[in-house]
Amino acid sequence: MEVSLPRPRRLLRLSPAISVILIILSLAIAWELIKLIFNLDKRVLPHLWEIAAAFSQPARRGGPPLFNVLLEAALYTLRGALLGFAIGAALGFILGTVFAHVSLLERSLVPYVVASQTVPILAIAPMVVIWLRGSWLSVPVIAAYLTFFPVTINTLRGMRSPDPRAVELMRSYAASTWQTLWKLRFPAALPAIFTAFKIAATSSVVGAIIAELPSGIQQGLGGAILNFNQYYITGPERLWAAILMAALVGILLFVAVSLVERFALRNIVRAA
Amino acid sequence: MAPVVSLKSVHKFFGPAERPTTIALKDINLEIHPCEFISLIGPSGCGKSTLLRTIGDLVEPSSGEVTVNSKPARQARVNREYGMVFQAPVLFEWRTVLKNVELPLEIMGVPRAERTRRGREMLRLVELQGFERHYPWQLSGGMQQRVAIARALAFRPALLLMDEPFGALDEITRERMNAELLRIWQETQTTVVFVTHSIPEAVFLSSRVVVMSARPGRITEIIPIDLPYPRNVETRESPRFFELVTLVREALRKSEEMREDIELR
Repeated sequence: MEVSLPRPRRLLRLSPAISVILIILSLAIAWELIKLIFNLDKRVLPHLWEIAAAFSQPARRGGPPLFNVLLEAALYTLRGALLGFAIGAALGFILGTVFAHVSLLERSLVPYVVASQTVPILAIAPMVVIWLRGSWLSVPVIAAYLTFFPVTINTLRGMRSPDPRAVELMRSYAASTWQTLWKLRFPAALPAIFTAFKIAATSSVVGAIIAELPSGIQQGLGGAILNFNQYYITGPERLWAAILMAALVGILLFVAVSLVERFALRNIVRAA
Repeated sequence: MAPVVSLKSVHKFFGPAERPTTIALKDINLEIHPCEFISLIGPSGCGKSTLLRTIGDLVEPSSGEVTVNSKPARQARVNREYGMVFQAPVLFEWRTVLKNVELPLEIMGVPRAERTRRGREMLRLVELQGFERHYPWQLSGGMQQRVAIARALAFRPALLLMDEPFGALDEITRERMNAELLRIWQETQTTVVFVTHSIPEAVFLSSRVVVMSARPGRITEIIPIDLPYPRNVETRESPRFFELVTLVREALRKSEEMREDIELR
């Protein structure tokens, strides 16, 4: 049936780029207003321009500007996050697919998968570092630990989502389990899987940053955040700059996954 | 000629084997011959969908024998000897119309060129040429159901199982689809088993109407429909059509009374 719903009338018609700029501007104004109204000093909330200025100043005397330092650290952390995301996404996809097909394994193992996520990553991270003898690999492993969970759960849910009659249809064709998986369950699960990938993309960055701390890795954003934490009283804007950089890495990964999603699901129209 | 479908004392219980909670099918005996158009009609819960699914080996009978083309139903399903159409079109939204029709051929490993050729041929049969590259959501409900019929016929099965395929359509579209289905049935020479709860639809389409009753689901009467083919709008307005509609309606009422007897006992 073809149904055309009346579009809600928008108060303002703006291009996406302009609306993004407007939102950033209003957030910045809110930041400065809060600082003004509550009379917060630099240590609680530095001025935005102080943070901006910090990027161009050297992080330490005679060193390169903070921006260069943070960019390098961000790229270093991104590497760990990306590998962790890949491992976690692959593991989650495989687990979710297996659980969707073998309900015995689902019933017996899913509680442990859930339990794994209630243990704070801070408690697990040092163990992983020791097991892997302090190698860099502990960073992607810990990032993967955070990312596999949403992918597992959403893959499982997505693989179970097809209409029971669609499953019957495949049965009427005497389709193999494998054919039903690739021609029906997997494409039907893709929207749910991409939702999980977007969540996993941001948590992989968090995982990589946290993993750098017990590993004693200095080159990444984790190292930078720890370092600037210690000098917060004298230079709070540097920690804020590092946080901003970490957020940017997360957003970058999120946007990258969204672009792939838009391409992969270009033919599927979801009901608004 | 050997029957296409043969059901011998088929029972289907739901619930524990020693004390079943529902008798979905009780002692079903039916033979369906080549090129017949059989309608299964009855109130909801009379097991007509279950009966259709036992023929397609989508539901296993608790006892009795189901053969399709002289083979056990399972073997016939594995050999892909029937096509299935549900009440909803159940099209895959990520596939184009043509790719949806090609789906069973893909599963059977038919080469790509042959697949496309047959897919286009089937879309011509259901008069949807020009919509090959559309996606299901771009089509109306009636058109989607026609795609589902094309898909069921794509591998030229001798038997077509249809579970209330036009139940979700409006009356006008439904009558048009009825006429179209009869044309396709005659062009393709398939045997059709058709579940419905519309009396005029059953009479208009069928060569025989199988009347069923609920609790327990069983066949109470089989009414041959002697209207000549090809049938068209005039058929619907002929006196004989109305007589047959009345006959089926009375058979349904009678089977309803029988059910009350059982419940009273």
